Amino acid sequence: MTPAAAPVLSLRHAAKSFGAVQAVADGSLELSAGEVHALVGENGAGKSTLVKMLAGLHRPDAGELLVDGKPVALPSPAAAQAAGIAVIYQEPTLFPDLTVAENIFMGRQPLLPGRRIDRRLMRAQSAALFGRLGVPLDPGRICRGLSIADQQLAEIAKALSRDARVIVMDEPTAALSAAEVARLFEVVRTLRAAGAAVLFISHRLEEVFEICQRVTVMRDGRQVLSSELAGLTADDLVRAMVGRQMPERTAGERSEPGELVLRVERLTREGVFTGISLAVRAGEIVALAGLVGSGRTEVARAVFGIDRYDAGTVAVSGRQLRKASPSAAMAAGVGYVPADRRQQGLVMDMSVQQNVALASLAGLRRAGLVRSAAERAFAADWAQRLRLKYGRLTDPVSLLSGGNQQKVVLAKWLGRRPALLIVDEPTRGIDIATKAEVHQLLVQLAQQGVAILMISSELPEVLHIGDRILVMREGRLTAEYSHREASEEKIMAAATGQLAVQAP
Amino acid sequence: MRATVPAAAGTAGEPAASGSRRLTDRVFRIRESGIIAVLVVFVAVTASIQPRFLSSGNIQFILVNTTVFALLALAETMVVVSRNVDLSIGSVLGLSAYVSAGLFGQVPGISIPVVFLTGLGIGLACGAANGLMVSIGRVPSLVVTLATLYIVRGIDILVVGGNEVIAQTLPDGFTQIPRAGLGGVPYLAIVIAAVIGAGAYYLRSFRSGRELYAIGSNPDAARLAGISVGRRVFTAFTVSGAIAGVAGVLWAAQYQTIDSTAGTGYELQVIAAVVVGGVAIFGGSGSAVGAAVGALLLQTISSALNVLGIPPLWIQAIAGLLLLLAITLDRAISVRLLTSLRVRSSGVGT
Amino acid sequence: MAPDVTARRWLSAAARWETGLAVLLLLIVVLGAAASPQFLTTSNLFNLLVTSGEVAIMALPMTLIIISGEIDLSVASILGMSSALLGYLWSIHWPMLAIFAVLVLLGAVAGLVNGLLVTRLGLPSLAVTIGTLALYRGIALMILGPKTISNFPAPYNTIGVIAVPHTDIPWSMAIFVVLAVISGVVLHATATGRSLYAMGASPEAALFSGIRVKRIKTILFVVSGVVCSLAGVLWTFRLATAVQNNGLGLELNVVAVVLLAGVSIFGGKGSIGGVVLAVLAFAGLANALLLTNFNQEATGIVFGAVLLISVFAPNAGALWARLGRLRKHQRPVRPARQ
Repeated sequence: MTPAAAPVLSLRHAAKSFGAVQAVADGSLELSAGEVHALVGENGAGKSTLVKMLAGLHRPDAGELLVDGKPVALPSPAAAQAAGIAVIYQEPTLFPDLTVAENIFMGRQPLLPGRRIDRRLMRAQSAALFGRLGVPLDPGRICRGLSIADQQLAEIAKALSRDARVIVMDEPTAALSAAEVARLFEVVRTLRAAGAAVLFISHRLEEVFEICQRVTVMRDGRQVLSSELAGLTADDLVRAMVGRQMPERTAGERSEPGELVLRVERLTREGVFTGISLAVRAGEIVALAGLVGSGRTEVARAVFGIDRYDAGTVAVSGRQLRKASPSAAMAAGVGYVPADRRQQGLVMDMSVQQNVALASLAGLRRAGLVRSAAERAFAADWAQRLRLKYGRLTDPVSLLSGGNQQKVVLAKWLGRRPALLIVDEPTRGIDIATKAEVHQLLVQLAQQGVAILMISSELPEVLHIGDRILVMREGRLTAEYSHREASEEKIMAAATGQLAVQAP
Repeated sequence: MRATVPAAAGTAGEPAASGSRRLTDRVFRIRESGIIAVLVVFVAVTASIQPRFLSSGNIQFILVNTTVFALLALAETMVVVSRNVDLSIGSVLGLSAYVSAGLFGQVPGISIPVVFLTGLGIGLACGAANGLMVSIGRVPSLVVTLATLYIVRGIDILVVGGNEVIAQTLPDGFTQIPRAGLGGVPYLAIVIAAVIGAGAYYLRSFRSGRELYAIGSNPDAARLAGISVGRRVFTAFTVSGAIAGVAGVLWAAQYQTIDSTAGTGYELQVIAAVVVGGVAIFGGSGSAVGAAVGALLLQTISSALNVLGIPPLWIQAIAGLLLLLAITLDRAISVRLLTSLRVRSSGVGT
Repeated sequence: MAPDVTARRWLSAAARWETGLAVLLLLIVVLGAAASPQFLTTSNLFNLLVTSGEVAIMALPMTLIIISGEIDLSVASILGMSSALLGYLWSIHWPMLAIFAVLVLLGAVAGLVNGLLVTRLGLPSLAVTIGTLALYRGIALMILGPKTISNFPAPYNTIGVIAVPHTDIPWSMAIFVVLAVISGVVLHATATGRSLYAMGASPEAALFSGIRVKRIKTILFVVSGVVCSLAGVLWTFRLATAVQNNGLGLELNVVAVVLLAGVSIFGGKGSIGGVVLAVLAFAGLANALLLTNFNQEATGIVFGAVLLISVFAPNAGALWARLGRLRKHQRPVRPARQ
């Protein structure tokens, strides 16, 4: 390496343990100005811990960190910021009650004489930052209700305002729609052109190849590969991440759909979705595609009874469901794996066992009392069936990796033997190996006669396991394709409205 | 069709950015002015039924009674916006009132400013103790200040020991403080209004003030943003305590007879005023002006019920009912605000 | 299978608070006995239990409510309202059984109002119950005004001072024991109990698990209302006086007991065992202070201090470390100001 290309940031042989768990054993990373550097690895490979070291949240037990060739310590987030490092999290942590401009300048507001905040200048500077990024975001708006994509943009503007030279993006695209990803990538290119070093973390390898120049792969807390991306293939990265060949998918035979399980007719929630009619048969996987914010999750929430709806009907196995009652939906055989695992899928303070049993306690009772032996056996059974990796069933579920947490949510619902399983972004933010397992599991369930409604923003996933594909746009169903006739282009066209009014 | 929903049709037609600005601004102004409107309507209706309500004597009565209350509402607002609560202010007020006013009897000829400083010092000490335990101990403020509510009241009882401060021991210059005024408006009310205005301006326009809102809005994000959360929260509690201490001296000047029960149960009334004034009970939003108007509204309501000849025994029940109504109304407004923001947000994604 | 070491360690961590409380209780008994020979006499212990009966009873539904992530500050006002109505109806010569029926209904309605405002309108319970605290106390004032009713007949006016036949346990404590057993079973052994922890720890995940959050919370508030109404009856008969300000300010005592019991104010954590120990610790402390001629009105100092020690003691180590760090860096690092 030539001295001219001295790295902006380099982390050498960093290590960090939490109790007995070695999260990072030998983490190294080198970032240069004007490059977008990918950091990939399976969940549990130590990426998040590495990011937290850079953010000043974790102190490494060993190793050294150099910024501009000089060793630095980052004892606090403030120190990391002072060193020019900014971290954009997957779900940014903004102040929901304050305006976008205040969020950007919190603690560093421009001042008038007398140390008063110059609100006008603050707003103008914010608008200028968004101008540089090329996005129209209103600085005077409060942050509550902003989409995740817009929240990330606010964070990026904050990083820009601090003149950050290293911008770490921790899975920024996981919750974004295709259009939002495209907009984010434009912003990333702008940052790169301005000479920033960007560390880009993603599970989506096609994105890595689209936007990054270099890549570092981590496995089991160690750096296993660091090189230019040019010349590498996705398979090379996967092999480095997994350390073995990926098993070929075993999608299995597409069985003939059976009886009608879910029938939704002209379901409408004002301002959210309109006139949704769809049906899911036993043994069928229906994928619901569309951009984030197109109303897919909202339809699922209404079907499961989380939200009310204004018009229309939902029937499961021929019986109409009561509005706004998850317990009625569950009694009719509906299960719902929500998109937000940590907030909605799991009670993070509770144990693995308690989470698995949470939706099935009624069946584990004798004389009204929950039998703990039965609960334990129940959880152990499902943990084994889904090949859950855990220490003990009594460990808090928060100790598991993302993929294993998702398995706990799946076990929770499979334990009820559902007739209809709604899965919302079933593989968001989970590693490749577990992702394949989840896909296989969904296909198996369908083969056993479960009706599955899957919401997904990942088109390969939709095309991979969906028997039928429905597309939503702005709260309406705009297209329906069979597994055979669907393609990424067709789905994107229907999701973004380029399809116009053509009949499929 | 359009004419029936003018607001929706109007905003839909405007460019997205400015439309949203105008909409949120408007609703925010309603959040502030809503409570003022309620106050104005309430005063107008009461005055139309019973003109005596607007007599200078009655106005003075309301204002005098509001001063201490509104001052405490300012103190509580600083704490509540940071997602904390101070339950000890009633006890601090009681202790400060007795000890400071008692000085007139124990130290003949003591000057009034020294008495005020004594109250301030007592309040500072109590507030700093609360602040230390909440910020360094990382114990929920509800628990800490519930404990200090008991402890400070207990100290008060031990200090008082069955005595009381009586009006005769207090100099005229002291007891006239709440009463002196210009055309029915006490000077004190003007001073307090200025103090509240300054407090509101501080919370709105200074970095440390904004940081309190940031902490209340999202404590984790505040830590990530490098805000020294502990120090800000400590300061908020210390200032809250100091204000409660000064309020205690004013309380003594106003009521003149002080035993060990002064200010008992006052903390919940103050929190009620703050909530009525639109300060979110879980932090992050609301203003000191709103809280002060909330205090004025509650005081006006109880006075109006009196003037209207409502049986005195009914007054507390009606005040409680109105309090619930105010909380519900505030909730309805903020739900509407959130819905409008969400609809806007989903419109932008396309 | 290998012995489940972590599970046991986890269990012991959960039990640590209760162990600490048990030690505290023991300490109080020893100190009390040392301070006064009267402390361990039957009549004194009886007195000790009687005087804390109402707070103890009200602490049980409060525990369930706080674990579920809410709070009920109107409990003492419901007690006062119940006491006032009892006095009023007796003064106009209603039969006692009919009065009891009305009081149960009163408590249920008062709790229902709280529950509906919290669950149907989505208002924070802290704000709602401060409102109903004022409202219910106001209604007590409307019912009874400044009057004092005290001519309750024999079987009732002694209920606060006699024991359950063949025992030395006062009636209010017997009721507490029964309610504590019921609450303990519901909280620790039923699906409903598990649901309470789940909705306290993560309201959204509870909703997405099909737990009827709104219904369960509403029922909790109703139960709390009924129990507090019952506590109002006990209070009235123990003091043989119905007056509108009965139990004024008692809500904070109830909350303090529940917090001392180790119940997290944020919900999701706590046990009935802890509440039983905390009730006894408070009662013992109050009684010991009474016997040592400590100013009765000022016992709050000791209660407050015990409450503070109870929240700080388990974290003493972490606290010490934090203080050390604070001394080292007098000024936390901050980005340079502009």
